[in-house]
Amino acid sequence: MLSPVTLMVNGSPVAVPAGTTVAVAVVAAGQACRTSVSGEPRGPLCGMGTCFECRVAINGKPHCRSCQILCEPGMEVRTD
Amino acid sequence: MNKDLQPRFDVLVVGGGPAGMAAAVRAAECGVRVGIVDDNASLGGQIWRSGSEGGQPKEAVGWAERLRTAGVTALCSMRIFDQPEATVLLAEGTDDVHELRCENLVLATGARERFLPFPGWTLPNVMGAGGLQAMVKCGLPMRGKRVVVAGTGPLLLAVAACLRQHGAEIPLICEQASWGNLARFSLSLLGQSLLGPYGKLIQGLRLTAELGGTPFAANSWPLAAHGRQTLESVTVSRGGKSETIRCDYLACGFHLVSNIELPLLLGCQIQNGCVQVDDLQRTTVPKVLCAGEPTGIGGVELSIVEGQIAGLAAAGRATEARKLFGERERARRFASILDRTFRLRPELTSLPAPETIVCRCEDVPYSRLRQHTSWRAAKLHTRCGMGPCQGRVCGPATQFLLKWNPASVRPPIFPARVESLAAFADGPAPEHNQVTGGI
Repeated sequence: MLSPVTLMVNGSPVAVPAGTTVAVAVVAAGQACRTSVSGEPRGPLCGMGTCFECRVAINGKPHCRSCQILCEPGMEVRTD
Repeated sequence: MNKDLQPRFDVLVVGGGPAGMAAAVRAAECGVRVGIVDDNASLGGQIWRSGSEGGQPKEAVGWAERLRTAGVTALCSMRIFDQPEATVLLAEGTDDVHELRCENLVLATGARERFLPFPGWTLPNVMGAGGLQAMVKCGLPMRGKRVVVAGTGPLLLAVAACLRQHGAEIPLICEQASWGNLARFSLSLLGQSLLGPYGKLIQGLRLTAELGGTPFAANSWPLAAHGRQTLESVTVSRGGKSETIRCDYLACGFHLVSNIELPLLLGCQIQNGCVQVDDLQRTTVPKVLCAGEPTGIGGVELSIVEGQIAGLAAAGRATEARKLFGERERARRFASILDRTFRLRPELTSLPAPETIVCRCEDVPYSRLRQHTSWRAAKLHTRCGMGPCQGRVCGPATQFLLKWNPASVRPPIFPARVESLAAFADGPAPEHNQVTGGI
């Protein structure tokens, strides 16, 4: 196993194996990815980049499909 | 715009799953210049996804090896969003945009899961069956988790086996198809095995062994998912009786639908949701070929053989391509059996309650959609299908629930950044200046 990667999810450190997607890190941390237009918490659905439910902000960039993006050390992920 | 980054390809393959890889390999081995573009971080598609744990099947490794040896240019993490000219595709990368030029195109855009709405399906940890499998391959821990697997199609068994391997407990697999259909399916597979060395049967047997002891119910489907902020339990209809099961995840998908957005944008003729092709996998648009799931859901063997035929045909080797017709015919028989076995039962149209959200991007409930008579009217009045997924989730659902036909697209076929759209705004097609999109 490659050495783990530590990233920040809503300000808290989360350690995951290298090669893990951001969506997985968010779900494993027990967080929802986004809040829907009517205020519901939402998590990943399709896991393959088509449903857009796993959108998060990564390093300040909004609307990133987290299931398509690999975790990098020090990444700042926000789900709100 | 990185206009000079990529050479002009003789054959450009869109989609890096089994069909696309096979097409790229066969074309490149003929000595032509081939590129393969995919929106994932690496090739393999959904079925051969490697992820954090590596460990692709031997067949996938074999095709990947041939791809490298043949000198195919792999363009990953790039998503096609528009076609400003017949021989030009625009692709958005993580931070940039590319103009890809080619003589011949092979579309191998694959399939996605069909989702049907039921109360609670929008709760976090209710995922697609393939969706959860993809997440697990990308590192989601399953040890000690309880996962109900539900929906329809052969994917359910493959997913359940994968989850078990990763330490999940599967209290139940719910398959909506009837026992009768499933029995005929198994018999057909036996029949197929007599026709030649057919991998499906062996695959099926291995799955049965790996699934030993997992409860499997036919004539069964999810009725509602429950939980406050996240999933806690699911109520299923199991052979006519309802039953509530505590679980951490619900993996739920109702077979697959073809990804036809790019073929539609290019003007390819579509019939019954599938791209129409001739015997050499050529679409109705000159120099545009199509292979794999977009031509009809048929599984990995059919995808590989269709991909090979398309790759050879695109490289001008029709005679060699014809040698594979027999193999394709055998694989197609399996596809038609799949279609018959896992057809959705009409009872599933009553799954959504009036308040159940159908369009997850715009939170449009079923009751609002039922006031309209067409996909277009519903879009205009409710914003159904107008969110970032562009109807990829709710489109197939409304097609089943309300018999609507959502088959129309306009560019950009995926939400694109304003910079990406602007990058080609000085190009030759003035209508592209008016393109709007983005999230």
